[in-house]
Amino acid sequence: MANHTTGVPTGTKRSSRSVVWERRRQAASRFWATYRRSGMGLAGLAILVAFALMALLAPLLVSREALDVTRVDGPILASPSWEYPMGTDESGRSVFALVVWGARVSLAIGLLAAVVSMVVGATVGIVSGYRGGRWDAALMRFTDWFLVLPSLPLAITLAAILGQSMFIIVMVIGLTFWPWTARIVRSQTLSVRERPYVERARGLGASDRQLIPRHVLPNVFPVIFAQTILSIAAAILAESALSFIGLGDPLRVSWGGTLELAFDAGAPTIGAWWWIGFPGACIVLVVLAFTMCGNALEEILNPRLRQR
Amino acid sequence: MSVLEVSDLSVSYATRDGPVPAVRGVSFDIDRGQVLGLAGESGCGKSTIGLGLLRLLPRGTEMAGRAVLNGADVLAMAPSALGAVRWTQASVVFQGAQHALDPVIRVGDQIEEAILAHRSLTRRQTTARTAELLELVGLPARRAKDFPNEFSGGQKQRVMIAMALACDPDLVIADEPTTALDVMVQAQVLRLLKSLQMELGLSMLFITHDLSVLAQVADRLAVMYAGRIVEEGPAEEVFGSPAHPYTAALAGAFPRIGDEAFVQAPGGLDGDPPDPRDLPTGCSFHPRCPRVMDRCRTIEPPSFPAGTGHRAECLLLEQGAPESMPT
Amino acid sequence: MGEWRYVGRKLLQAGVTLLFIISVNFFLFRIMPSDPVRLLTRQRGVQLSPEAQAALTHDLGLDRSLPSQFVKYLADTLRLDFGDSFIYPGQSVVSVFARFLWPTVLLVGTATVLMIVIGLYLGIRGGWKRGRPLDVGSMGFSLLFYSMPDFWLAMILLIVFSTALGWFPSGGFESPSSDLSGFSRVLDIANHMFLPVLTLTLGYIGEYFLLMRSSLLDVLGEDYITTVRAKGVREDRVLWRHAVRNALLPTISVIALSFGLVLGGAITIELVFSYPGLGLLLLQAVDSQDFLLMQALFLFASVAVLASNLVADLVYSWIDPRVREA
Repeated sequence: MANHTTGVPTGTKRSSRSVVWERRRQAASRFWATYRRSGMGLAGLAILVAFALMALLAPLLVSREALDVTRVDGPILASPSWEYPMGTDESGRSVFALVVWGARVSLAIGLLAAVVSMVVGATVGIVSGYRGGRWDAALMRFTDWFLVLPSLPLAITLAAILGQSMFIIVMVIGLTFWPWTARIVRSQTLSVRERPYVERARGLGASDRQLIPRHVLPNVFPVIFAQTILSIAAAILAESALSFIGLGDPLRVSWGGTLELAFDAGAPTIGAWWWIGFPGACIVLVVLAFTMCGNALEEILNPRLRQR
Repeated sequence: MSVLEVSDLSVSYATRDGPVPAVRGVSFDIDRGQVLGLAGESGCGKSTIGLGLLRLLPRGTEMAGRAVLNGADVLAMAPSALGAVRWTQASVVFQGAQHALDPVIRVGDQIEEAILAHRSLTRRQTTARTAELLELVGLPARRAKDFPNEFSGGQKQRVMIAMALACDPDLVIADEPTTALDVMVQAQVLRLLKSLQMELGLSMLFITHDLSVLAQVADRLAVMYAGRIVEEGPAEEVFGSPAHPYTAALAGAFPRIGDEAFVQAPGGLDGDPPDPRDLPTGCSFHPRCPRVMDRCRTIEPPSFPAGTGHRAECLLLEQGAPESMPT
Repeated sequence: MGEWRYVGRKLLQAGVTLLFIISVNFFLFRIMPSDPVRLLTRQRGVQLSPEAQAALTHDLGLDRSLPSQFVKYLADTLRLDFGDSFIYPGQSVVSVFARFLWPTVLLVGTATVLMIVIGLYLGIRGGWKRGRPLDVGSMGFSLLFYSMPDFWLAMILLIVFSTALGWFPSGGFESPSSDLSGFSRVLDIANHMFLPVLTLTLGYIGEYFLLMRSSLLDVLGEDYITTVRAKGVREDRVLWRHAVRNALLPTISVIALSFGLVLGGAITIELVFSYPGLGLLLLQAVDSQDFLLMQALFLFASVAVLASNLVADLVYSWIDPRVREA
């Protein structure tokens, strides 16, 4: 008779390590089966894969030279046509090229900034939730103060002071979003801490250094992951806003930066809808996709939400 | 003269994987002034019946059968007629009054709301009536202006009872009214319920998993398992000589303090109640039954008589005279 | 009695947070990589002698120790003395600020009222009739508009309604050469405000909708709603008197926090519509590196969010009687 969980004939000896990995694999495939049921989650994932491919394969789709204003010779401000499916900008560059290459920068900044905000937020959240007591009170007080500072004005001010490079933008955005994460991670940590197996492990004499990575982190991680996905959406919007204002990295083409050039050239009043529409639509699609995936993940983690 | 006649009631919840049967063809009657105890483990469907009788189950829940309250079928009524019946003919005392009262409204106003939903009275009249009701349950009238969080668990339960009586109903459905309370408070609330029931001549459907509670309160007893009533009869008889193995186990599962016999051989059953989505074949109790026979696995037992006004759904009764189950 | 204690406590907390905000503001502008004096003088294209530089340094209080600088900054702030603006030479920051204040108040105020009223109402209706067309449609709509950058939505609306259809002006607060007064002036301003307000409202209404809906759904799952229904109370009373009242409580606090996002949104929208408000002013200040002006504007934005939180706390205590007794 086979063992129910692993399908291995009873009586064979296995290392505990292989059992744990087997269980993790099964959990992962169960997770995927549940995720697959969410229409929104799949749609979001599909869009993200498409954009990721576009960003990664950029050099294959469009040559880098298409971004160089001194080397292009396309018509100026041309509306979409067979040759230029997304039209051209005022320097004759193909908007399609700008979109494809811009994807790299916008997505990269969004991802990195979200990671920064997650690392800071999760650390604060876990320490606060796990330690409790005075640490918790102090950290949460500090987080609440930070929440009062409005995000975009803070980001603008920081960027204006510190300068304009990709690194600074990533750090600035990351530092404005961490409080939201911290709060959510903290409440999850609190609930994990109360769970029986954590209490038992403590009772058996496990130290914090053993407990946190073994028990706390694996259970808080799913929430952190879902939040990261949602943070990426916010980070992409923030980056596009900063670039639009002119605080982005001037050396790189991003979607927000393209929109900045369009606006400065008076595209809205001229009616060059393609220059504005396509890069912006990409932002909307990507943000939508991350949000849908993030929501799908949250539903899986919190089944109560599924009934809605 | 029956206040409530339930015939072949079935309730299925709507879930993502399809309808799940919680109650499967239940029938019982409650006469005027009678207390029917409805007992069983969690998930057997008893609370579903309690809520279902007034159609308080979530949207999408399917209900079949008849529930005739004072001559009118509640399940077939139009919503407006149902609204008039609710609380005036039958009311509910919920369990865990912790969350059964609106936290931001004063209790007096909540009681008045019950009254005013069905009668137009002047301000003075409703206030007087509310005071009357509070005093009936042993609370001072001035507490009407307090909020639910200012009451203890037992006091909140009294408020719920007062509220349930606001429109002089014929039937009170008590759904685990004492479960969330301390033992001492439990006894007080039970005494209150019993005395009110006798004083006012109320009919009651008393739903609980705690048989010892029913011993004090119920005239008749119905035991539920996996959505069906597996035994029903006069309370003393069902307690004293249960005809169904499940009833016997249930009665044996509750510790009686000081009972030597219990200490030596505590009752109780192995295993858990079946998942309604995946019921066993034949008799739904057979996997856990200490007296299971081969036939039980394939045949769904019909109802057999086990005494006057006493019946049980068990193949052990097929031969005729009920065997007395060891308790 | 408990109510005053609650209010007092909240005011005290707000005061402490205010102190934090002022401190952040102070340190924010001290982490600049370059020396403020040199920055100021270089910008003005002026070459100062070392003595003049020293004098300027002393004027700005930069030669004092950090703690004493902070005290000076605190005192100045409380006196509402923020120094002089750079882009508008000779004018104090406060006077510049005052000129640009009113348009932003109108924009953000109108949009916020619309967002809250419409968003909450749709959230209530959507949550109550979950799954019906109104609900599903509103959710899709919210998701879509929330994913749009505000400035992009602004540009799209600009192209469609101003450039293409010509229904609205392309920017500004009032018609430039106007001598309008009274009602026709109001109409003119409204005409200019229409697209900016529409953009800001559309961008954030979804958030309020989702918040309210989610809160209402939570409440509808509570036992006391079943009790109220069992009492035979009419459905609309169940909704408005019991469900909505309880559902509003958690929504209010989050609304206050979201106010910061709305302010952020107003900045880029003002840019697109050349709308002469504080957002546009901030961007001008950033462009010209007018740090004193930037500092004052950032302080204002933070205080505005703090104030909205305070208002939310007070409204909360008014709706939830339990808080007062605590």
